[in-house]
Amino acid sequence: MDENVLRIGEFEIGNRLFVGTGKYETFELMRDALAASGCEVVTVAVRRERLTDADGRNILDFLDPGKYTLLPNTAGCFSADDAIRTARLGRELLEGLENAGAGWVKLEVLGDKKTLLPDPVGTLEALKVLKGEGFTVLCYTSDDPIMAMRLKKAGADSVMPAGSPIGSGQGVLNPWNIRIILQQLKEGDESFPVIVDAGVGTASDVTIAMELGADGVLLNTGIAGASDPVTMAHSMRLALQSGLLAHRAGRIPRKLYATASSPLDGVIGA
Amino acid sequence: MRVQVNGQWQELAEQTTVADLLESLSLPARRVAVEMNREILPRAQYAETRLGENDALEIVTLVGGG
Repeated sequence: MDENVLRIGEFEIGNRLFVGTGKYETFELMRDALAASGCEVVTVAVRRERLTDADGRNILDFLDPGKYTLLPNTAGCFSADDAIRTARLGRELLEGLENAGAGWVKLEVLGDKKTLLPDPVGTLEALKVLKGEGFTVLCYTSDDPIMAMRLKKAGADSVMPAGSPIGSGQGVLNPWNIRIILQQLKEGDESFPVIVDAGVGTASDVTIAMELGADGVLLNTGIAGASDPVTMAHSMRLALQSGLLAHRAGRIPRKLYATASSPLDGVIGA
Repeated sequence: MRVQVNGQWQELAEQTTVADLLESLSLPARRVAVEMNREILPRAQYAETRLGENDALEIVTLVGGG
């Protein structure tokens, strides 16, 4: 098995950094930042088309559906029903574009507008319906290990715990919960994909997530909201590589007391 | 006839098809998806699907998002 390939359901992804397309100042900046990130998968949202006065610019003019695998999200949905409808529409859109992402979805069912925390009950309901309709489902969830396991058992193809609230830039607030999620969901199933999604603020947050053992990181605001998104995208690309290698390399343990790095014998004396 | 499009009631001529509607809105079929009365309408059926009184349509497209 090629350890550089990330497998989610039937999907095979060569790059573990997933980048969002929202909140950029311009489409041009979005295009350049995505290129600098080196990502293969980009998330998109599904919204009502403007019926009057469309300014003519569509994100697809700046996002090559032949180069990127699009991952539609169900952002903005506060009920299972809305999320299910949105997922179906996303699949229909990607089939029309003949994009490799037709059939998968980042499932978000939100509980609250201010915190944008996921509604676990709605998420589970929507997951079950979408799995029944043949979707590959990547579930956005909190860092609650119990919920994470419930989603896996209900058929989630990937579980995506938040590091901190969407767009908050606080990074991985509870690495212990992320570690528990990784350990429990990968028990006897090492390749089950767990992707840290939400709250990533800067490069070190990405590295920390990968060092914990995450299979990938999904972020949007961390790049789009940076003063220089293209440079930040580049740094995220390096940060992911760095964290992935550090995890594979097997770090030293944390110790309370010192252990000398230089030999204790042969020191000159009186 | 009155048809709801993206949450707004519109007055459309009888026999208007989904394809007619998209054309009148300058929306290329390839870049949108249509839900009619809560069910996905396959793109291949846009030209032959006539709208009726009180039909509810959602016409959506991809936008930026995280």
